[in-house]
Amino acid sequence: MPKAFLERFEKELSIDAYGAYKLDASLILQALHVLYQNDGYTFLVDMTAIDYLHQPSSLRRFAIVYLLRDRLFSNLITLKIDVDESLAVDSIASLFKSANWAEREIWDQYGIHFKNHPNLKRILNHKEFIGHPLRKDYPITQGQLCHRSDDLMDEMTPRLKRKGIESHDALMFLNLGPAHPASHGTIRTFVALEAETIRCAISEIGYLHRGFEKSCENHAYNQIIPYTDRLNYCSAILNNIAFAHAVEGILGIELPDRAQFIRVIIGELSRMIDHLVCLAAILVDMGALTNYWYLYNPRESVYDLLSKLTGARLTNSYMRIGGMSHDLYEGFEEDLHVCLRAIDTGVGDTLKLIEHNRIFHDRTQNVGIISQEEAINRSLSGPNLRACGVAYDLRVNAPYYHYESFDFDIALGSVGDVYDRIMVRFEEIRQSKRIIEQAMKRLPQGAVCVADRSISLPPKHEVYGNIEGLMNQFKLVFEGVKVPPSESYRAIEGANGELGFFIVSDGSPKPYKVKVRPPCFYAMAAYPSIIEGGMIADAILSLGSLNIIAGELDR
Amino acid sequence: MAVGAEAIFGDSVITSTLESALSWARESSMWPYVFGTACCAIEFMSVASSKYDISRFGAEVVRFSPRQADLLIVAGTISYKQAPILKKIYDQMCEPKWVISAGACACSGGFYDNYTTLQGIDAIIPVDVYVAGCPPRPEAFLDALLAIQKIQADERLLDDRAKRVFKGRLDA
Repeated sequence: MPKAFLERFEKELSIDAYGAYKLDASLILQALHVLYQNDGYTFLVDMTAIDYLHQPSSLRRFAIVYLLRDRLFSNLITLKIDVDESLAVDSIASLFKSANWAEREIWDQYGIHFKNHPNLKRILNHKEFIGHPLRKDYPITQGQLCHRSDDLMDEMTPRLKRKGIESHDALMFLNLGPAHPASHGTIRTFVALEAETIRCAISEIGYLHRGFEKSCENHAYNQIIPYTDRLNYCSAILNNIAFAHAVEGILGIELPDRAQFIRVIIGELSRMIDHLVCLAAILVDMGALTNYWYLYNPRESVYDLLSKLTGARLTNSYMRIGGMSHDLYEGFEEDLHVCLRAIDTGVGDTLKLIEHNRIFHDRTQNVGIISQEEAINRSLSGPNLRACGVAYDLRVNAPYYHYESFDFDIALGSVGDVYDRIMVRFEEIRQSKRIIEQAMKRLPQGAVCVADRSISLPPKHEVYGNIEGLMNQFKLVFEGVKVPPSESYRAIEGANGELGFFIVSDGSPKPYKVKVRPPCFYAMAAYPSIIEGGMIADAILSLGSLNIIAGELDR
Repeated sequence: MAVGAEAIFGDSVITSTLESALSWARESSMWPYVFGTACCAIEFMSVASSKYDISRFGAEVVRFSPRQADLLIVAGTISYKQAPILKKIYDQMCEPKWVISAGACACSGGFYDNYTTLQGIDAIIPVDVYVAGCPPRPEAFLDALLAIQKIQADERLLDDRAKRVFKGRLDA
């Protein structure tokens, strides 16, 4: 319990219908200070805004939501402030560095101003964009052409100045990306170089902003599953699970055991193949192409399994609200063993090549270091945070799907460099294999969906066999799953870290608002500070080791 | 009765036009630039890997500079923010050049019919082959490559390509 916070703000606090602490906007910075200093809530999970335009019961049009975790990562607290007509609130970027980009996003998407923010400018949308697209009165299809890219000098010059560099004469300015093979898709980092040393770096994102959150507001809950596939497309099913898990939390349903175990098995398999791509790519970036084949080809055998199971190689859409589209197929276990063996061989062969390899060590050790305090303050999570030695894994800190009953270890690093981030991922592949093997042994029989016919489709023989089944199918397909009014956040351990969804539902079949907490977003925000002072070749490896997936980063 | 060079040298020479000789040479030596932005780019990784092996069709020399490439593969969603960059990359490629639009997003915006997604790259640059799928399977990428090979074999570069006029939404 946040004791000091509750005592200090006893009079000003209220608790809203969904369990969030509400207080006046003018107090937010003070309140977070108390939470941070006295109660140890040092991890800003995420922040977002809500536009209540279509919910007239709300006094003010906008609200901002802050989600924080304590030092042990087991307690989550939600703070909420209403935003008045001035559409401005205090920035908390002085307290949490991670809030810098989060607040920029809220400004960009909702047009809420943050006072004393160091650099309040658009982040996802382009600079010619007019309006704020996540406002309820912005039409979803109103696109706006962009003619020129931002030259980013408006950020570069002040940042150089802060570092005491006034003259640009000795510097060379260089764009790494957005169209660069080592920029992993669409990430742009603008650097000021002195010889090969990066004096100053600025990252620009949003090149793959696809309007995920706006699209969610316009689709039924089960229709959103395919959109979640395309967030982190290297481990699509984990995204399915995270979203379904969040909605199931609001519905208050518990999945049958078999469904939970299948989610564990397929989820861990997704984690493995996600790490495989990350490791394969970073080794290519290092010039170690052979390892790419060793690590990437096992993915093909997993694709074969997933194609059989879900019909798709990459974007599987396997999960549904309340379970999954269908049970495992006959012969799944044999195929799974083939996959696990292939991954084992690939990982083993790669480690043989790099584990004691001088070049690999020199390129990765003590490169791209991020300290524990910095990582927590910047809201890093997943393998990137664990590489710094912070034992934060939602599977352990806030277990779901019986994770507490599995025997596995959290892989931890000690330095927080590129080497640790790579090795943590190698170890996590091993640990995921352990979990899968245990889960397969314990896999119970039974249904894979909840029995509630307002959530799950009836079996086909009922649809064709009796009128009730037919009606259930018809109603659910046409109307969709109805989710009671709520504002709730729930997360799982994604391949890249804490992957959570903050969902505002209003009782209708479509969510009123969906905000995904993308682990990549905060890792990317930390990236410029990681690479400043280092060599340009190290910047490439640092980016690879953070495993930035643009789909999840930009949404 | 052969005439010209064939009459003199018999079966040891084949006469052809310069254009078809170039096409024949180019067919198995396309140099792609992969403008990969999203999920489709992950599938392209499979296309280039051992199992599907694009080098069977002579297009494995993936270039990372548009100036060295003659085949642009746009694999992934193109947002309005990304569009001027895509156009710049395309403009930097030398003629003759071909474009594959891979996947639903590049072809039409896909299911991202919203404020940020360009509804098809052909509003910005000309496209030769469209590939369906979300993302397309690796076989579909290879099929598109074969289609490009066929297109370029049937074309007369100087007439059909160099004189072509395209005006997109970002052309002033």
